[in-house]
Amino acid sequence: MYYNKQIQLARRLLDQRYATAITIEQLSHEVALSPYYLIRLFHRIYKQTPHQYLIRVRITKAKDLLINSNLSITEICADVGFESLGSFSTLFRKIVGISPSAYRHSSQTIRQSVYIPLCTCLLHGISDTLEP
Amino acid sequence: MINRLAVTVIWVKDQNEALHFYTEKLGFEIRADVTKGDYRWISVGAKNQPDFEIGLSALKPSMALTEDEVQVLTKLVESGKLGHCVWKTDDCQKAYEAMTAKGVEFMQPPQARPYGTIEAIFKDTSGNIMVLSQDKR
Repeated sequence: MYYNKQIQLARRLLDQRYATAITIEQLSHEVALSPYYLIRLFHRIYKQTPHQYLIRVRITKAKDLLINSNLSITEICADVGFESLGSFSTLFRKIVGISPSAYRHSSQTIRQSVYIPLCTCLLHGISDTLEP
Repeated sequence: MINRLAVTVIWVKDQNEALHFYTEKLGFEIRADVTKGDYRWISVGAKNQPDFEIGLSALKPSMALTEDEVQVLTKLVESGKLGHCVWKTDDCQKAYEAMTAKGVEFMQPPQARPYGTIEAIFKDTSGNIMVLSQDKR
């Protein structure tokens, strides 16, 4: 696709700046596409909008901090870029299935290494490399 | 030689709903939570059994499952014809009461079985049948 590099750049920028209040206007300006076109192309490639992707990045970072840090949930909320504890908790529960505090409580023995059984990798056509 | 069973997988209709059920209603721990693209591998296990985990695999169309296969599997899971597990407890009645208080729906309350156990039966949020079993004291 002609705009592949710009869409990949947009994703990289979201990966790097997830903790900031980045807007679609700023993002589209940096990759030199209109907001409408950026959203459309991003969705075509990644099956989600830039905003949905950003939320998932933030939630993934939050999960990591809940498991691997002693930061409070309020601190984690701010560290990953959410402005409101309410929206953080609501989105976390919607995407993960349980609240941030329940996730921290239930993940005391979670493995630090990325491991998916080989049978599952083969069935679902996913690689067993360490990259997400 | 094989030493032990480490991981098994059950199908669930909704991973988030299942995670909530297994952690908050059954008190299980999260053992893995990894997302790769559209695929999420999540596994849970009982606190007293750290070397065994159960993967909660989503029933949704994917590279692994066609829509027709999802429909067939969903019907089988909902009707309790896939994914039977037996969970051991020291006190079936006490666990039954605690789980009932948390909203777990039982198909059968604790009953003495002729082979020397006390067992109750419940379903998870997808329909997988689970036996809660206590050995005779």
